[in-house]
Amino acid sequence: MTTPAETALPNAELLGAAETPFQQVWRTFRKDRLAMAGLYVLIALIALALVGKLLTEWWVVFDPTTVRLPDKLRPPFSHASSALAADQVPPLGVYPFGTDELGRNVFARVLQGSFVSLSVGIVAVSISLVIGVTIGGVAGFYGKRKLGPFGIDSLLMRFTDIVLCFPTFFLILTVVALLPPSIYNIMAVIGMTSWMGTARFVRAEFLSLRERDFVLAAQALGLSEGRIIFRHLVPNAMAPVLVSASIDVAYAILTESGLSFLGFGVRPPFATWGNILADGRNYIFDAPWLFAIPGCAILMVVLAFNLVGEGLRDAMNPRLRKRAS
Amino acid sequence: MWRFLLRTLWQRLWLLVFISIISHAVIHLAPGQPTEVDPMNPMMKAADIARIRQAFHLDDPFYLQYWHWLGDLLSGELKSFRDGLPVLPKIWDRFKNSLPLFLSTTLIVWTLSFPTGIHAAVTRGSRYDRATTFLAYALISVPGFFLSYMLILAMVQIFHMPVIGLRTFGSEGSPWHLQVMDRLWHLVIPSLMAALTGIAVLSRYVRSQMLEVIDQDYVRTARAKGLDEDTVVYGHALRNALLPFVTMFGFLVPGLISGSVIFEQIFAWPGLGQLGYEAILSRDFPMILTLNFIAAVLTLLGILVSDVLYALVDPRIRVE
Amino acid sequence: MPSPLLSIRDLRVDFDTDAGTVPAVRGVDLEVEAGQTVALVGESGSGKSVTALSVMRLMSGRVSGGRIDFRGKDLASLSEPEMRRVRGGQIGMIFQEPMTSLNPVFKVGRQIEEVLALHQQLGPAAARAQALELLERVGIPSPEARLDQYPHELSGGMKQRVMIAIAIACRPALLIADEPTTALDVTIQAQIMVLLRTLQRELGMAVLLITHDLGVVAHFAERVNVMYAGKIVEHGSVRDIFKRPAHPYTRALLGALPDPSVRAQRLEAIPGRVPSPAQLPAGCAFCARCKHAFEPCPDRLPPLFEVEAGHRAACWLHDAAPRGSC
Repeated sequence: MTTPAETALPNAELLGAAETPFQQVWRTFRKDRLAMAGLYVLIALIALALVGKLLTEWWVVFDPTTVRLPDKLRPPFSHASSALAADQVPPLGVYPFGTDELGRNVFARVLQGSFVSLSVGIVAVSISLVIGVTIGGVAGFYGKRKLGPFGIDSLLMRFTDIVLCFPTFFLILTVVALLPPSIYNIMAVIGMTSWMGTARFVRAEFLSLRERDFVLAAQALGLSEGRIIFRHLVPNAMAPVLVSASIDVAYAILTESGLSFLGFGVRPPFATWGNILADGRNYIFDAPWLFAIPGCAILMVVLAFNLVGEGLRDAMNPRLRKRAS
Repeated sequence: MWRFLLRTLWQRLWLLVFISIISHAVIHLAPGQPTEVDPMNPMMKAADIARIRQAFHLDDPFYLQYWHWLGDLLSGELKSFRDGLPVLPKIWDRFKNSLPLFLSTTLIVWTLSFPTGIHAAVTRGSRYDRATTFLAYALISVPGFFLSYMLILAMVQIFHMPVIGLRTFGSEGSPWHLQVMDRLWHLVIPSLMAALTGIAVLSRYVRSQMLEVIDQDYVRTARAKGLDEDTVVYGHALRNALLPFVTMFGFLVPGLISGSVIFEQIFAWPGLGQLGYEAILSRDFPMILTLNFIAAVLTLLGILVSDVLYALVDPRIRVE
Repeated sequence: MPSPLLSIRDLRVDFDTDAGTVPAVRGVDLEVEAGQTVALVGESGSGKSVTALSVMRLMSGRVSGGRIDFRGKDLASLSEPEMRRVRGGQIGMIFQEPMTSLNPVFKVGRQIEEVLALHQQLGPAAARAQALELLERVGIPSPEARLDQYPHELSGGMKQRVMIAIAIACRPALLIADEPTTALDVTIQAQIMVLLRTLQRELGMAVLLITHDLGVVAHFAERVNVMYAGKIVEHGSVRDIFKRPAHPYTRALLGALPDPSVRAQRLEAIPGRVPSPAQLPAGCAFCARCKHAFEPCPDRLPPLFEVEAGHRAACWLHDAAPRGSC
């Protein structure tokens, strides 16, 4: 029988409250102010993205595509000139983020871009999660079995190691440049090159979970392997996957903006933040807001995802729940 | 220990083989013929195209192409599509330019990350810790090119530091020590920019490793002996915390190369990254293929070095 | 009468957690005379490790009251450098987990020599010779070779012997042993305890033995302190406690020991659980699980009543303690 380490503090169980693991994690997460700030930003972003898509494409209030040559390169909060036709005037006659070199409403473009950037991030990471969980899960669960002369685990892990050796961004750039330009290609390629971290986490979790008693009990009950994997192991292994997912979305958005910066990202007239940044690069001395605004937007969103991911990781790590005193 | 090393060497060699196969496969799975749309040369005639296709064995089946590529590569005969010149000398040339950048970036990253990470771990919860944590997150989240341009604006206008290229135009005639200083001066901003994300990530990792080690029982034993805190942290804890970092060496390489694609564009640095970018723009298949392969090979070398270092440093492996 | 080597008076230790301040130790009095073996017994969570670590000032909780005197000096008044001289030099400590208590990247010899160099300023050659002698003393075979080995090359029992060697290297007046045998096999347990007793006699050391194993206590300790939920509920000589346990908790603990001479006995488990430190009743903490609880128990905290000379118990029923039965 072990004595609790002198630095281990009583957690909720000892304190008599009965909490689900989710509530425990949430309670710890809430204490982390940075993480909560990130969460609020994310919620705002998702709302903004959805509303933005609505307001820029269907029920057009902010129009990202209208070209207004008389109003080129206007700074933020400037008013529309009187030389505009009636249907070209922005709402309230103001450009909140100024205009770009073609007179387009930067605010509208940033708004439209939010949906695209976010969806690229989420779809890409979903793809990588599916691949990663599958590979990691199979490696972790069926590890010792052999396929020919090689163990499944070593085969899959060797494969993962190989892919890790490649410079990811360069690889993505290569494939994206060679394929026909399309947003779906980008999502797919990013997804197919960022599954390695997830695979490792899932494999590690499965390896340790597999030996646990509840798995033995399930097997003793005669449950099929598939059922054991999906209904018992996967939910338990989700914790590091969630953390990884959040951070991967951040990385995907950064990658997409990098691709756009080099000219291989989502093509016009779609606006992504990376696009706007790339266009703005040329006017950096004359119209710095063209560059600064989308850059800051990317920074904020990526930071939010990272903070939430790290907050989740801290909240889910039992050892880190004790405070230094 | 030797058995361990031999075993890893053998495994890495197999990795090499598979890497070459996958490199080759990736390029050829992409649709679009290399001679279809060549933005560099709109005047290519059909006869030229046919000639190129024949010279580069493009009509052969997939595995034969692999074989040809491998053969050409190893004999140094592999030629670029763009100008028919051999691929390897070009890569080597650009590599020589990129190497100082890689080295100085790595140096900056590793020398700055450890002190910050360790200090943050030791003073956990303090203002220093919280400030550096936030800064690290911000640096990880900022798009590298964004920060670079913002900094270029500042540096050029305030400090007049060089941000373009390897050296000052026309400086080849100057005495060698001035040339060396000039090149070092040009190295500063690009490597600093490239290093920032690395510092952020690595120092966080150092911090978390130190935190984990500081909680270990043997650290408590060290304190119970009456050792002072500095000896406990830097003598006992750090030595254990450093072990995993030895293994990270190899995996730094892909990051450096990937990063170089963007950073060399921004700073007009004629290195591997730019070479790759130009190759992609002109659909120069052999070049792209070889670059990917070489990058992976460099990584593999780095991993091998890590394996050796790890075997030397961890007594649990050394004394088996 | 000379003052005791170690004297803990009304020690109170709190931990600050997310959910408020939790009292882990709630007023503990404990004494160890020079050369004596004193046991501190209790379940997990009773606060016994926290008490021990407080003596060494190695604990992350907050001492909120009481004092700890060693050789007549209040340990809390010592500066940190002075305290460091006490640690390892005058008070040695061994811990429960030998597998993880030694630094894996340093050789065994170096880890022993370190403490010798620190407190006795021995040079490398002298330290190595001393380390060799210490390894012999703690019964490690082929000590010369062991000095240059790494911890992972030693078994659990041997690692614990090395820990003991480190702890006694500077001939401390007091050795604190926090569950030294809990993580070891039963046969090794006996060996380690015998070693401790031998060393104690040879060095004239006092030993504060923290354990939950009453069998070990019976064989090796002279005095026993029984701890429950942060307080000492009974203390006395081993003989008195085992023959005439006065507190229901002590009696229950002894009752839970199987007696090989009795056939087909029912093992008495103590119903209920140790109360969480955050939810302690105002009165006796054992009240909820006590067979004999009656009216004053939940509300009034019983002080330590004297059952006989040198034997005290904190129970309102102490008068009614029948001899030998429960």
